[in-house]
Amino acid sequence: MTDIATPEGRQGRIARFFDSDIVFSYRRSPIAILASIVALGLILAAVLAPWIAPYDPFNPRTLNLMDGFTKPMSSSFAGNYFLLGSDHQGRDVLSTILYGSRVSLLVGLSATLFAMTLGVGLGLVAGYRGGLLDTVIMRIADIQLSFPAILIALLIFGVARGLIPASQQENVVLWVLVLAIGLSNWAQFARTVRGATMVERQKDYVSAARIMGVPPFFILIKHILPNVIGPVLVIATIGLALAIIEEATLSYLGVGVPPTQPSLGTLIRIGQQFLFSGEWWILAFPAFTLILLALSVNLLGDWLRDALNPRLR
Amino acid sequence: MLAFILRRLGQSIVVMLVVAVVSFLMFRYVGDPIISMVGQEASIADQEALRDRLGLNDPFYVQFFRFITNALQGQFGISYRLQQPVTELILSRLPATIELALVSATMALAVGLVLGVFTALRPRSWSTGAIMSASLVGVSLPTFLIGIGLIYIFAVELKWLPSFGRGEVVNLGWWRTGFLTESGLRSIILPAITLSLFQMTLIMRLVRAEMLEVLRQDYIKFARARGLSKRAINFGHALKNTLVPVITITGLQLGSVIAFAIVTETVFQWPGVGSLFVNSVAVVDVPVMAAYLMFVAFIFVAINLIVDVLYYIVDPRLRVAGGR
Amino acid sequence: MKKTLTGIAVALLASSVLVSAASAETVRWARASDALTLDPHSQNQGVTHNFNHHIYETLMDRDAEGTLTPRLATDWYVKEGDETVWIFELREGVKFHNGADFTAEDVVFSLDRAKSEGSNMRQLHADVVEIRAVDDHTVEVQMAGPSPLYPNNVTNTFMMDKDWSEENDVVEVQDFGAGEDNYAVRNTNGTGPYVLVERDPDVRSVLRVFEDHWADAPAVTEIVYTPIADAATRVAALLSGEVDIVQDVPVQDIERLASTDGVKVETGPENRIIYFGYRFGDLRDGTSISGTDGANPFDDVRVLEAMSLAIDRDAIRQVVMRGQSIPTCVANPPFVAGWAPEFDACPPTDVERARELMAEAGYADGFSVTLDTPNDRYVNDEAISQAVVGMLGQIGIEVSLGSRPVAQHSPLILNNETDFYLLGWGVPTFDSAYIFNDLIHSKTAEFDNYGTYNIGLYENPELDEKIRSLGTMTDLEARDALVHEIWTTVQEDRVLLPVHNQVLAYAMRSDITLPVHPENQPMLTTVTFE
Repeated sequence: MTDIATPEGRQGRIARFFDSDIVFSYRRSPIAILASIVALGLILAAVLAPWIAPYDPFNPRTLNLMDGFTKPMSSSFAGNYFLLGSDHQGRDVLSTILYGSRVSLLVGLSATLFAMTLGVGLGLVAGYRGGLLDTVIMRIADIQLSFPAILIALLIFGVARGLIPASQQENVVLWVLVLAIGLSNWAQFARTVRGATMVERQKDYVSAARIMGVPPFFILIKHILPNVIGPVLVIATIGLALAIIEEATLSYLGVGVPPTQPSLGTLIRIGQQFLFSGEWWILAFPAFTLILLALSVNLLGDWLRDALNPRLR
Repeated sequence: MLAFILRRLGQSIVVMLVVAVVSFLMFRYVGDPIISMVGQEASIADQEALRDRLGLNDPFYVQFFRFITNALQGQFGISYRLQQPVTELILSRLPATIELALVSATMALAVGLVLGVFTALRPRSWSTGAIMSASLVGVSLPTFLIGIGLIYIFAVELKWLPSFGRGEVVNLGWWRTGFLTESGLRSIILPAITLSLFQMTLIMRLVRAEMLEVLRQDYIKFARARGLSKRAINFGHALKNTLVPVITITGLQLGSVIAFAIVTETVFQWPGVGSLFVNSVAVVDVPVMAAYLMFVAFIFVAINLIVDVLYYIVDPRLRVAGGR
Repeated sequence: MKKTLTGIAVALLASSVLVSAASAETVRWARASDALTLDPHSQNQGVTHNFNHHIYETLMDRDAEGTLTPRLATDWYVKEGDETVWIFELREGVKFHNGADFTAEDVVFSLDRAKSEGSNMRQLHADVVEIRAVDDHTVEVQMAGPSPLYPNNVTNTFMMDKDWSEENDVVEVQDFGAGEDNYAVRNTNGTGPYVLVERDPDVRSVLRVFEDHWADAPAVTEIVYTPIADAATRVAALLSGEVDIVQDVPVQDIERLASTDGVKVETGPENRIIYFGYRFGDLRDGTSISGTDGANPFDDVRVLEAMSLAIDRDAIRQVVMRGQSIPTCVANPPFVAGWAPEFDACPPTDVERARELMAEAGYADGFSVTLDTPNDRYVNDEAISQAVVGMLGQIGIEVSLGSRPVAQHSPLILNNETDFYLLGWGVPTFDSAYIFNDLIHSKTAEFDNYGTYNIGLYENPELDEKIRSLGTMTDLEARDALVHEIWTTVQEDRVLLPVHNQVLAYAMRSDITLPVHPENQPMLTTVTFE
């Protein structure tokens, strides 16, 4: 979108963005401040995992099965100390959470970004151009929506598994997940954006811009996109949490990331087995982290939507 | 109007066909049905013989054509796993899923609407913040975990509600309902809550967003200026105009509710089509999987069609574009 | 408790009429999955057989030690003067649920049906040439050659009523192509201790005691069978008192269940071995092995020994299996003829020695390989594999884990598209030949009934010949010696890398007892009440 804007225009827009309302609104919202601190903290911790994690849970050489099921804040027989306890493989729960957040964030962010770009782009084009293109895009969206997201993900996952040689699968499984989850969520964006675009397109200012000879692409970006950004953000925030949870559900159905390189969802799926047996920490800490992450992202999204929507200012 | 509907109908049929192709393609990759159909000591020759009898060695287009011709007659073959006609199996499981979906959709809509309107009318109140934040906790956890958590609290610890199944059912013709017995009603509570949490949050946020949007519109300001009562403005005008997108999304979500039911049904051993599907995937029961996907697609296409037509009726501005 | 009191009251009232009747007892029985079909010959699958054993009966049965015991056949022996004929003497006075008498005709019909083309039991009767009724209660089975072990194959082949089958058009086993379901899939007429009352697949089945059954009346008079797929839900159902017996109990929940008031857990060994296998010979196309300059490390027996030494089977038992496994170094459950303690015993885990062996073999820096494991088939299968990834990491073998549901794992395995895999093997015939035939014998076009699960493509023509000769040996002593000889070679060549024997756990209301069945096919007739 910045290709179009002139340098002055871009600067002006960025300035407007950060100088005035949005920063003001941020300062006024304690929830937003708190949420952003938590989210940033979690993201930072995930990014820095290799340096701050007490153990490397992905390195089999350092694992000792006899460390398994150590209670939080205690040492195992082998003499290793675990702040949040250890899991059924003798891995440090704190470290797996740090590394797991990395995987979850990577998959969730990539998948949502992918779904959003694809969905918004197609939605704008479909809503603005109408006609055959609109019909084709929206029918594809219908087909996609007619399958539940989790089924689509299963389908793409299955097909990818069929196409990629078995020995290569473990290396690309993360990207297959991104593709699967992303492709299963784009239609929501497309449908919403397309509906809003269709209504917006009928409005006088758009007709005026068109008559003035403003190129369609510019109209879409400059005039229509800001008006649909609200719903898009609502979907994207829920979508991010959804993507992380969808990944966990795929794990639950047995097709997620391998348990040797777990995501938060995989950790929850594994911990869930120990709900009745008293090893609550294997489930509780990853679940708590996931809630914290999803909640703070969602709250930020909430605030951002209110702040960005010109009519709600 | 008629032309519009006919056109959408035509498109829907194309959609169904594409779904058929896609679901058919998928089966080649989900696993091998033969493995789960024969014993562990069946020889390779025996396995091949069965593959032949099932027609799995025929070229792809032959299999597909056979599938479509049978499907058009409502025949989806015999389940590899349960050895019963698939159509019959799905019909016998359908009431459980529909009852669950209806109860949870109703719950989601009712709670979502009330909370959505409430939070929109009091945008700055602390209770709004609390509700908005609390609603997010429910969608921040995987469905299976919520379900197991509810079972743990309400079935194992408190022993208030059943942990699995549908309880006692009553046959009304071919429809098997759980609404008429106490154990049936008690059994639906936990799965319905599990299933509705996500939609509830979605609907609530949508209602709130739309409501806030509408309340900013000029005609609401005029209405206020004209001295209409707050009640009349909020419910007579604002809510009414909010309902269109809410109906759209809720309608579209019905399909998702049925789909989301896959996991919920598995956790609660709810005897619906979703758990039937999951059990079928595990052993690659192709006929059931194909029929289920076609069935979900059908429901979705039907809902889409209805929503489109409703849209067409409700929002006259779309007639120009849509009726072309 | 209340139920029991009511039961006793009912029994007291009823005892004046029916002297032999025990107290009326309903048992609600849950396990992970349902019987696939009630057609007795349509599926050769444990859960299905388990359920059908309550309705239908077999000629012989097996006790907890694996010994054959009489059921519908009271005696069985090789015909005098003809080693190729087995004679079965049938129990008299047995009735089907519909009142018809059980005779030799029904056995001829049932065995013919079991070996027909649509039957999944046919493999077990592949050597049968003809079945003849000698008189009403004697049957002769003509084999292709001497088949000393044939009686082992009939313990899951159920007897149907010939007339009933003809009346209801179920002479043929379910034909999937026909587009119609077989009457026998949902309707039954067996001789077994229970009669089918209600059947809703995947949801609920009800069985009631068969009053005219030939054996003593069982303590359980009604069975309500409910499959519950999710492990946590299944355990919850028992904890909340909604079911009485749960068959597939996750190992991690045993302790919690055992310590809960009103619930107890029965455990016992299963006739099933869990093992790893590797691919021998040249590296396949698309191999996952790297870091070896194109050599196959699994062809070096020192590497295989190092792997076995590096795997701490006791740690797996203690942590992953919560004590619920029996570590072993032979791919042969103790129930099976041919099991020997010298094969079973494992040298202590020795990572140092393992590293030395790796270095001797020229793999001091290790190598990389992918381990393919199912994640929904055996008890904690994925966690076992995961633990082994860590243990092999200690000796430089970098293992990545390919974890899949069994429906996707199996095709990979059977098409030999794996370098390193986990599998389990049950031995329903309780004889080593069953293991040799499928796991050890070469996979060749010439003998396509052998080597189906020889995933590693182990080849040893000399051994193949010995394995095939086991099928027709009648001198049981010589046969035992040959079995021992074959096992010795298998162990020396390290064809398989065994981990442990699986242990089964059933959880139940504390006032009832259901003993663990080694093939995981418990009969509810064996339930006793306190």
